[in-house]
Amino acid sequence: MERPQDIFTGTVVGDEGVLSIDELARACGAESQWIIELVAIGILEPEGPETSSWRFHASDLTCARRVARLQRDFDANLDAAAVMINLLEQIEQLRAHLTQAGLDVDEAFGSKDT
Amino acid sequence: MEYKDYYNTLGVERTATADEIKTAYRKLARKHHPDVSKEPGAEVRFKEIGEAYEVLQDMEKRAAYDQLGTRWREGQEFTPPPEWGAGFEFTQGGASATEAADFSDFFSSLFGNFSRHAESTHAHGEDHHAKIFIPLEDAFRGGTQTLTLRAPQVNAQGRPELRERSLNVQIPKGVREGQHIRLAGQGAPGIKGTSPGDLYLEIHFHPHRLYHVQGRDLSLSLPIAPWEAALGATAKAPTPNGVVEVKIPPGSRSGRKLRLKGRGIPGEPAGDLYLILEVVLPQADSARAQEIYHTMAKELAFNPRQALGV
Repeated sequence: MERPQDIFTGTVVGDEGVLSIDELARACGAESQWIIELVAIGILEPEGPETSSWRFHASDLTCARRVARLQRDFDANLDAAAVMINLLEQIEQLRAHLTQAGLDVDEAFGSKDT
Repeated sequence: MEYKDYYNTLGVERTATADEIKTAYRKLARKHHPDVSKEPGAEVRFKEIGEAYEVLQDMEKRAAYDQLGTRWREGQEFTPPPEWGAGFEFTQGGASATEAADFSDFFSSLFGNFSRHAESTHAHGEDHHAKIFIPLEDAFRGGTQTLTLRAPQVNAQGRPELRERSLNVQIPKGVREGQHIRLAGQGAPGIKGTSPGDLYLEIHFHPHRLYHVQGRDLSLSLPIAPWEAALGATAKAPTPNGVVEVKIPPGSRSGRKLRLKGRGIPGEPAGDLYLILEVVLPQADSARAQEIYHTMAKELAFNPRQALGV
């Protein structure tokens, strides 16, 4: 057991492609074949020509885990999940614009219904 | 621990059919899914719904849960009856051990017999994921964050249980929202001597009082006086690395953006800091101030509504 005063230094997964297909699959709790499907459908766009040399970034990890959750929780097939991902990304961009324009996002979206 | 009213969570009657439960679950799941809903607390709500469904969709678990009777109320202090578990044998539900780790103490005391880990065929321990919220300043200077994580670990009896642990993590200078810090070997322990999984920390910034963050760029609303806007001026502006002086060009308007190159999040290349000018009017709260406004009204031929044709 580590003592809590130890300080861990990790590696940053950022814009540079650092994750291999196996690492990405493992981080998503999935098989490599599933990653290949995500690439084939255009949800993920790795760097590198061949499967074995593919490199993924942080945004791919976030996106793939999101697809995994959408598939698991909604029984969505890959195409449906891809559409959801696109729409969610658009909504996030719009929200960011609104926030930057100084608008109250929740008010603008009228989502205070709980 | 507190009793959970699973029927109430899904909003169904105790007599609900399996189909009714499934429909109720799917409806709530769509509404509260943390990827879809931005409501604060959606994640917690979604987990509660998932936990309730995990029990009610499973004939065995539902029957066992129903045996507790109807006298319990949500949130009431609860201890499992001493004879609990006798006569029931739970098969694996839909939730994995990782998901079940998020379930309540109430759930694990009743159905905590998950042993998925042992059956896992993966060559490594599972990778774990957590979100970490850091101050924007850490991206400029680096820093150390302490986080407390809950993760399932297999205890001496071979049962997974929740363990809390604290971790101090070095935040490297230049990190940005959405990036991950990967701590090798800090995920789930390996099974039967295989290597442990990794821990991925997804970086998020606490909302900042002054700056909006977009990728590696920051923006800041900079209030300026009308004469600074009209005549041009040198004004002080805060940046995460200290105060700088900026030139306001003559004839500036509200909304004009000034770019301070390289003053955003450090890196190769560093991000930029955008100052969004905002002209602020002095209040006419003294005789002298009013006099000045009157003079301007008299002496400046200014019609702000010219473009409207009036």
